[in-house]
Amino acid sequence: MTFDAATIQMLKTGIWETFYMVFLSSLLAYVIGLPLGIVLVCTDTDGIHPMPAVQKILGTVINLLRSVPFLILLFIVLPLSKMVIGTRIGSPAMVIPLTIAAGPYVARVVESSLREIDGGVVEAAKSMGASDWQIIWKVLLPECRPSLLVGGALAVTTILSYSAMAGFVGGGGVGAIAINYGYYRYEAGLMWVSVVLLVVMVQIIQEIGMRMSRKGDKRIR
Amino acid sequence: MEQPIIQIKGLGKEFQTTEGKVRALGDINLDIQSGEVFGIIGLSGAGKSTLVRCINFLEVPTEGEVLFEGESLGSMNPARLRRTRQSMGMIFQQFNLLAQRSVVRNICFPLELTGTPKSEAKKRAMELLKTVGLEDKAGAYPAQLSGGQKQRVAIARALATNPKVILCDEATSALDPNTTKSILGLLKEINKTMGVTVIVITHEMAVIEAICDRVAIIDKSQIAEVGKVSEIFSEPKSKIGRQLILGDAARQVKFGGSRQIRIIFDGRESTEPVISNMVLACKTPVNIMYAQTRDVGGTAMGQMIVQLPGDEAEADRALRYLETSKIPYEEVTEHDI
Repeated sequence: MTFDAATIQMLKTGIWETFYMVFLSSLLAYVIGLPLGIVLVCTDTDGIHPMPAVQKILGTVINLLRSVPFLILLFIVLPLSKMVIGTRIGSPAMVIPLTIAAGPYVARVVESSLREIDGGVVEAAKSMGASDWQIIWKVLLPECRPSLLVGGALAVTTILSYSAMAGFVGGGGVGAIAINYGYYRYEAGLMWVSVVLLVVMVQIIQEIGMRMSRKGDKRIR
Repeated sequence: MEQPIIQIKGLGKEFQTTEGKVRALGDINLDIQSGEVFGIIGLSGAGKSTLVRCINFLEVPTEGEVLFEGESLGSMNPARLRRTRQSMGMIFQQFNLLAQRSVVRNICFPLELTGTPKSEAKKRAMELLKTVGLEDKAGAYPAQLSGGQKQRVAIARALATNPKVILCDEATSALDPNTTKSILGLLKEINKTMGVTVIVITHEMAVIEAICDRVAIIDKSQIAEVGKVSEIFSEPKSKIGRQLILGDAARQVKFGGSRQIRIIFDGRESTEPVISNMVLACKTPVNIMYAQTRDVGGTAMGQMIVQLPGDEAEADRALRYLETSKIPYEEVTEHDI
């Protein structure tokens, strides 16, 4: 199997498109999901600022968003991309549905990381006169850093796999190549190359996440 | 008498659970004097951990009030309450250090909360590390320390903001006996040299003996008795007090037919051979069933359970001898212990 220069150029573009779709969506998903995850933990009945009604409503909204299959969400949200970005096709347009799908997912991932913290440590901070904000910034987030990084790798790989589906609705990236050439045109070689590229990307993201988590974790000695 | 540093007035705490209300504490009244080491002892589930958390309002009482230097914690706004908490350090059974921070940064933590400049905080942290004897561990992380070392760091951290009170919630319960001894020694030293009031919550009588001036015994959500450690040790008045202090005796003594008495040594007669004198004076043998002495605050405290002779006249003679010698005693039956 040999690839001409045009094919290689296409793959390069695909990799770049995937990279920036995933990077931008992950960033935006954390901008939304991180605060939501913190709110979910803090407003719980045993949290530092119990607000059961807020917790319940937020939890329900997140579950609702998470239960919509991504492919369906893509179709629903694309008109919004048209409004915000001006187009409903191509990689930039995919950032909007990816962010909307990943935001609630990130919120749950962050929530589960923050719940790992020992309540005694939070209690100790309170006994020293820490405010809610100080507990979040100086205790919850730094103490959960290793777990948040592992969660980050999980979230980014999920966003990567979502981004591959974007090919079905005119999005770009490596996934789109696999779908457009491999699936629609029966070019098995190109499909497998695309799949391998995706696998490698997942491996790299996972490895970076795990390494950063382990390296920064002061509990392991 | 000067104003107590902490006053607890009519304090009660109820928890709402799925099975209805549970009363954790009721009608607690305590005055804790500035500069004393005050112990609160009780069996697990007695409510002592809830009580210590009510003192700094980690748990908000459902009844009554807590006064710190005459000011009610319940009437404070959140910011004022947080500042007041900075005057009350707290240490825990599980140490509760920040695992991702080095020792020195753990000690800086409460200073960071108050906005102390970094260099100043670090200087203070190093001084405190010296106080607790861990200067060489400044850069270590909690995971690299032993339990005793962790508790020393926790003590240094609790002292960082120059608190007037230190609350110790089962601070030695996770430590081995030798480490317990050294941590208690450190707390006592801090109390003496810095004048910090220490409140100790424990289920171990040995902890109370070792460092406390006064003790409150808490049982079934209420205070059973309060007093000087030396007095409560020599004459516990409540049932739970006897159980906690004389616990061992109950298990070891098997009663025969005749009368038993408990002779109490409250430090005065420890140089005098009381039993020998009694035997010689009354010319009657007694059977020593159980004896125990403890060093409480530097004086010998103890008790002895003695079986009197079966002959009533001889038994009365022995009791009269104790009375005239002003040696406290009480008759006991199996149910009393």
